[in-house]
Formats: sequence, structure tokens, C-alpha cells
Amino acid sequence: MTTLTVPAQPGQDEDLRPVRWRRMAWVTWRQHRLTLAGVAALFGVAAAYLLITGLQMHHAYAAVTACRPAGSDICRQVAGNFLNTYAPGVGPALGLLQVIPPLTGAFAGAPVLARELEAGTFRYAWTQGFGRARWTVAKLAPLAVAVTVAAGAFSVLVSWYIQPIFGAGDNNGPLYPTIFDLRGVALAAWTLAAFAIGALAGILIRRVIPAMFATFAVWAGLAFVTGSFLRRHYAAPLITNSPNVTPSVWVISQEWTRGGSPASLSMINQTLHRVDIQAVTPGNFQPGPATPANIDPVQYLIHHGYAQLTIYQPDSRFWPFQWIEGGWLLALSLLLIAATIWLVHRRAT
Amino acid sequence: MNVIETSGLGKRYAGTWALRECTLAIPAGRVAALVGPNGAGKTTLLNLAVGLAAPTAGIVTVLGGRPAGSPAALDGIAFVAQNTPLYKNLSAADMLHLTRNLNRRLDQGYAQARLAELGIQLTQKAGKMSGGQQAQLALTLALARRPRLLVLDEPMAMLDPLARHNFMATVMTAVADDGMSVLLSSHVLAELERVADYLILMSEGRVQVAGEVDDLLARHRVLTGPAAEAGRCAERLSVVHARRGAAQAHLLVRTNGANDPVPPGWDAHPVSLEELTLAYLREPGAAALPGPARARDAEPTEVTK
Repeated sequence: MTTLTVPAQPGQDEDLRPVRWRRMAWVTWRQHRLTLAGVAALFGVAAAYLLITGLQMHHAYAAVTACRPAGSDICRQVAGNFLNTYAPGVGPALGLLQVIPPLTGAFAGAPVLARELEAGTFRYAWTQGFGRARWTVAKLAPLAVAVTVAAGAFSVLVSWYIQPIFGAGDNNGPLYPTIFDLRGVALAAWTLAAFAIGALAGILIRRVIPAMFATFAVWAGLAFVTGSFLRRHYAAPLITNSPNVTPSVWVISQEWTRGGSPASLSMINQTLHRVDIQAVTPGNFQPGPATPANIDPVQYLIHHGYAQLTIYQPDSRFWPFQWIEGGWLLALSLLLIAATIWLVHRRAT
Repeated sequence: MNVIETSGLGKRYAGTWALRECTLAIPAGRVAALVGPNGAGKTTLLNLAVGLAAPTAGIVTVLGGRPAGSPAALDGIAFVAQNTPLYKNLSAADMLHLTRNLNRRLDQGYAQARLAELGIQLTQKAGKMSGGQQAQLALTLALARRPRLLVLDEPMAMLDPLARHNFMATVMTAVADDGMSVLLSSHVLAELERVADYLILMSEGRVQVAGEVDDLLARHRVLTGPAAEAGRCAERLSVVHARRGAAQAHLLVRTNGANDPVPPGWDAHPVSLEELTLAYLREPGAAALPGPARARDAEPTEVTK
């Protein structure tokens, strides 16, 4: 039989120093390097796509910026052609990129604790000298930082990619929902939040696959509520009665008034009926077969005594909105991670 | 020093008490066997002792008063859980490295020599090992931490007889070399009888019997006599369990020592640990020192009715 080669342990309890944090760094790396490789692959594939299509787009955009005299009809034509060619591909690409945060949350965040609980290995991990609360911190913190940094770097690439579309004067500006949350600090913050949701779902649900689905569901709910209801209230919207609002602003709603009081959709439609146009919403008009050519329904209504009120958020609020969204998402993420650590600390198995 | 001390310890899961009113003091230097049927609360007690679960009621301290689960407690206790959970995708070398990084010390020379002796390749993944190899790897990792208390939950459930023997031999060598205390649970006593010198019997979430094995054996004996007199005899004695044949009855009784008088016409025999354990397991209501005694434990229904 093999005998123990270290001399019998003396009573060294008074001098009990915790196991060093950096020792745990190896553990986290060894156990999550595949996850990190997966995250890197996810961002890598997306980045490769943006780089390849982005380079083509920037190449074509050079013709738009080189056009002189800037602002002339011919240059507007060139910019319009550029947008007609490239803008249709950008929308779906940005739509696909929306899954980056939930994928990261589901594959990097949810399994950290759920896998231990599902496989029973927490009984090994949490009875070692390192201590389970510190173990959780040492796992979640580096992974959270890694995915956040990766997302932050990626969002710089998205900004570079989308720049020609803005530059050519696309109708969708920086506050457009699927563009806003991929740029600035928002993508990093959403990725961190999805990771934190995943970690918490892992300790609550204790099973990997259900925790991954829960991460997707909670992220989707949060993203929907934020985009549809929350974000527009970050600052009081502006109101203008000018019909020439910059197209790239974020229009929250449009209304018509006549003689100072609100005009209903049916009132507008009565007026527009004469030119066979139907207003589906106060800002969306459907011409009919009898509609005269070159008629602008907005101008037509203004000529007939209406005034258009546009409630909107201007492009200039991009960064304030980014900081607000990044700020509360960061606070939420820290709260969720703290809750996760607390649950591990006091969890009754 | 007591390696485990509990007072009024209880744990409730979803409204059911898995363990209650558990008051224990296991002295250091023992190989303590925690025996009881499935669902008796053994795993619950072990989880509380190693700090995996938090008590619903009462207190549990380890290694001379350290709160269970505290850094000082974790440092001195190595735990091998039921079914020896290991990371299936990690090799033996990785598990060794992992354990080294998660603890203040690890006797790497010992661990490597043990694994070599067991024929476990360092490059072998834990998930590809046999049940016996996994158990031995988990045990090796636990022992290499040089714990003052080794806690094993049903360590041999998955092992064949030879692997069981090797497993216990490894444990007992470490005990002999190092003066380590051991607490191990099992629902079969046979494999513990040769090694255990302290016994805790549990049933239905309660501690029934706890004490030094020698002490327990000295305080119990089997009386054999005419079946017709068994009822009358039992009224005056602390009968744990009675077994009646057509002519003869066997009463396992608690005594105050070897000098206790034997009723006329009856023979007294010393009791084996297995007999003692089985008697208590058959009578979940019976309790002995210093477990929580109950009023009815002196009148087993089987005899008095």
C-alpha cells in the first residue's frame, strides 16, 4: 500500500489562509475553455460575415462619398442606388445578430451551475477547500468579463459595418431598435445580462437544457419590453409640427390636428377620399387606382388645413440612451449574478 | 475532540423531515459507520456535516467546533458523495490538478503512486473508467487532501466484492498511517463490521443508536429461554427485539453490564454487531444510548400483546 508522503498535518488552523484566487483561474479555464472557444467561434463567424460584406459595402460606398458636388441630385441618386443595393441585405443580417446575447447566455451562462447540479458534481466542487461562494465568483466573473469584452469588441465592428448605411442617408437611424442594441455599449450590456440570466436560471432550474430555454425566453421578454415600451421613455420625446422631420429619427407616433384639436383617422380619410388615398395609420397612406400621380398625402392634408404632429426621439440622443440602457442592464446583471452567488452560498441541497 | 457534533439537528425538505432531533457527538480517531435503511436520513446527515445543506433546525459543528461548511471545516474534511461524482470529460491527471487547485494542499506524490498501483492511467478520462476505478479515483483525490475527517456516502454501492475490499483497504491504510477519522454510511452492515469501531443506527430520520461498538456489544445480549415465559420475562427487561419459535424465544435485551442477573431457566449469549444492528433495524421504535429514547421502547408490541 502507498503511504502518505506528506508529514502528518500539524494544528495550523489559526493560520488558515484561503486558497488563492489565481488557482481557481486554472479551474475555470480548464472547465470552460470549450465554452469560451464556442463563444469565440460564434463571434468569429459573425465577425467574418460582417467583415466580408462590410468591405464590399465600404468599397461601393467610396463612390457615394466621392460624388461632387455633395448634396446634388446626381449625388442623391448615387446614394439612393447604393442603399437600394445594400440596405436590403443589412436588415436581415442585423436581425440575425440579435441572437448573439441569448446564445451567449444559453451556452456560456446557463450550464455553469446547471451542469454541476444536473451531474451531481457540485457535491465534489462545493466540498473542496476553496469554498462554494468563492468558487461561484471565480467561475462567473471571468466568464462574464470574457463574453462582455467579446461583445463590446464585436459592437465596434457592427458600428463600422453599418456606417455607410447611415452615411448614405438611410431612413433607419441609430435609434432603430435592431441597430441600437448592436452598437455602443448596448450589445456588451445585453450579452452580460443574458449571461447573468443564464447563470441564475442554472441554479434555479438545475438542469442544463431547460435552463438554456429559460434564458432564451427571459431574454426575449426583456428585449421585447425594452424595445417596445421602455427605451422610448429614457428621455421625454420631442414634438414637432414640421412635416420635414429627418427620416432617420426614431418616430414614436404621428398625429394630425385641425384647428388646434386632434383629428381622427376617419376625418383624415374623409379628406383623402377625394384623391382616393386611404390612411391606414396617421403616418401610413395607401394610394388607390384613382390617385393622381405625384401627390404627397402629407402635403395634401397640410393644404387642407391639417397639421401633422410628430413625436420622436432625435438621433442626437443615441449616446445618452446607450448609457442609460447600458447602465441599467449592468446594474441588473450585477444583481442577478449576486443573487446567483447568494443562492449557491445558502442553497439547501 | 469530536469530529462531528450535532444538537437538535433537523432538516426538512418540502414539508417532510428527512432528519430530526439529531444529537450526536462522534469522537475523533474513529471509523464511524452510519447504518440504516434507505430513506433513514443518512445522506441528509452527511450533507449537513460537510456543509452541502443548511440545517432547518439545530446546530452541526465539525472538527472540534467549526461550523459545518465554513472554510476551516472544508479544509479539514474530504467528502466522497454517493455515486462518486467526477467530471466525466476530465482525465485523472486533470481531476488531480483540479483538486490541487481547489485546496490548500494536495499530496500529489501519494495520489500518483496510488493511481499507478490501481492501474489507472493519468490520461484516462473519468467517464471511461469502470465504477470501481471511479470510486478509487474519487477516494484517492479525497485522501490526497490529507483530511482530518473523511466522509463517505454509500461508497461501495456500485462496487463488486473485490473492489469493495480494495476500497476499504485503501481507507484503512490511510487511517493507520495518518490517524484520520472516518464517517461512512451504508445500508449494508456486512462490509463495515470488520472496520467500524463506532456505530450510528438511523431509521425514519432519527438516530436510534449511537456509540462505541465495544460499548454497544457489552450492553446488549441475547437471552434464550422457553417461549411460554417470554412475555413475562420481557416485562422486566429492556427488550429490543424478540424472536419466538414454537418452543424457544430469543430476546435481544439491553443490560447494564455482564453482571446483570439472568432470569432462571434462560441462557445469556453475547451479541454480534450484525445481530444487534438487525434487531434495531427491525424495531425502528427502539432506541439506545445516547439516542432519543422513547417511552414505548421497553415494550415491543411483538412480545407484550
